[in-house]
Amino acid sequence: MAIFSTNEFKPGLKVMLDGDPCAIMGNEFVKPGKGQAFNRVKLRNLKTGRVIERTLKSGDVMEGADVVDLELQYLYRDGELWHFMDQNTYEQYATDEKTMGEAAQWVKGEESCIVTLWNGVPLTVSAPTFVMLKITETDPGIRGDTATGGSKPATLETGAIVKVPLFVELGEIIKIDTRTGTYVGRAK
Amino acid sequence: MTTDWRPSASFEMLGLRAQVLRQIREFMAEHAILEVETPVLIHSAVSDPNIQSFSVGFHHPNQPDQKKLYLHTSPEYAMKRLLAAGSGPIYQIIRVFRDNESGKLHNPEFSLLEWYQPYYDHHDLMDEADALLRKLDFKRTIRMSYSEVFEHHTGINPHQTERMELQKIAKQAGLHTAANDPSLLLDFIFSSKIAPNLGHDQPVFIYNYPACLCALANLTNDDPPQAERFELFISGVEIANGFNELCDVTEQKHRFEREMQLRHQTGNTDHTIDQRLLDAMTSGLPECAGVAVGIDRLLMVMKGCDDINQVIAFPVDRA
Repeated sequence: MAIFSTNEFKPGLKVMLDGDPCAIMGNEFVKPGKGQAFNRVKLRNLKTGRVIERTLKSGDVMEGADVVDLELQYLYRDGELWHFMDQNTYEQYATDEKTMGEAAQWVKGEESCIVTLWNGVPLTVSAPTFVMLKITETDPGIRGDTATGGSKPATLETGAIVKVPLFVELGEIIKIDTRTGTYVGRAK
Repeated sequence: MTTDWRPSASFEMLGLRAQVLRQIREFMAEHAILEVETPVLIHSAVSDPNIQSFSVGFHHPNQPDQKKLYLHTSPEYAMKRLLAAGSGPIYQIIRVFRDNESGKLHNPEFSLLEWYQPYYDHHDLMDEADALLRKLDFKRTIRMSYSEVFEHHTGINPHQTERMELQKIAKQAGLHTAANDPSLLLDFIFSSKIAPNLGHDQPVFIYNYPACLCALANLTNDDPPQAERFELFISGVEIANGFNELCDVTEQKHRFEREMQLRHQTGNTDHTIDQRLLDAMTSGLPECAGVAVGIDRLLMVMKGCDDINQVIAFPVDRA
């Protein structure tokens, strides 16, 4: 794998830190007037999402990480694993529950997801930013109540539970923002 | 068409820059400090292994070979030659050049105010620098020794702590580089754990540095010796660096040689020792103190800027 020096550290570059793949977020030059130069580097651990700050002596190196983002279609879940396919190469990838993380509760099949591969193996999965899902369980709607601003829990066809306004009915299809897990609106 | 042709600093800032330069010159005139000019193009580049010079080719019209000259990184050596020649108190406001330095607090060329007072020690010069800062409407300065401030923020004594302990603190503070060099460890700990906290209520002078960070400062006879060096911090930013100047030519030669060795270890071999400075010191450099003030950073802290591009009309990427 390639080796990168501090002067090549740019946001987005993927490097290895303590055995984990990380993405560089920022690289600040620090130098006391009479002292040695440093680079204060901000990285995101791609496994845990945690942001880390490390300082390197200017000119020091880090090993590159073989990390790529692919747009894959989610096919199905076989009980244990979630299966995806690259629509260009028809290559299939399987991921476990841990790798799916939050994304698992938003997909039902055929969605395009960004799957991050590390050394060819799925590392993280991002659901589409917006998904349309059917409500399978909720209290009866209060017709016409679009003004009081109250909310109630609703279970979706994927099993996720979100808060929806009181007027939304069982069986309706709603739009969800997966970044925040919030109701955006009813399907038109 | 891009907008890169426009200055990155506001006209308000350029006005402040002009005003600060005028006030500095007034102050120096009131204190009978002579304004001088020394060459920007020099023969012997700075020996400090942490500072890198730009080099340029000089064609003399009557000589066949091109000669390598350097852009000065500080007017220090030339000003000391003036002092040795009997100039008395002198100052200079000049652009200096440092390769490999660029960032929010660094532009490869920047403006320095540098001044020297014969027969002052570093505390006398801090007094005078305080008076200048007051004229520029800064609050009264305070002083803390390097060990005081280091102990306050890390709980350890920087002059006496074992290297392993420094390595441990540096690692906790996020130093990724494996380092044995105590000066690197101290610099890292100071710039990451201490400096950002300094000078927020009022400007602070930090004085008396560990001997390994002496640069061109005189060393005390204490055990362990301390470097009679000081730095000024305002709003967490290093603004100035000064010394009770080293006047002993034997010790100066010794430090030059050590720096040359360090340069050679990193494959950097084209520097020569500045013999004219050594000759001047042999002839006799009066005991003196000197300080260099970064004018761009001074403007930054006056206006709360977080990027040096906000105080320079055309920083390097628009130059």
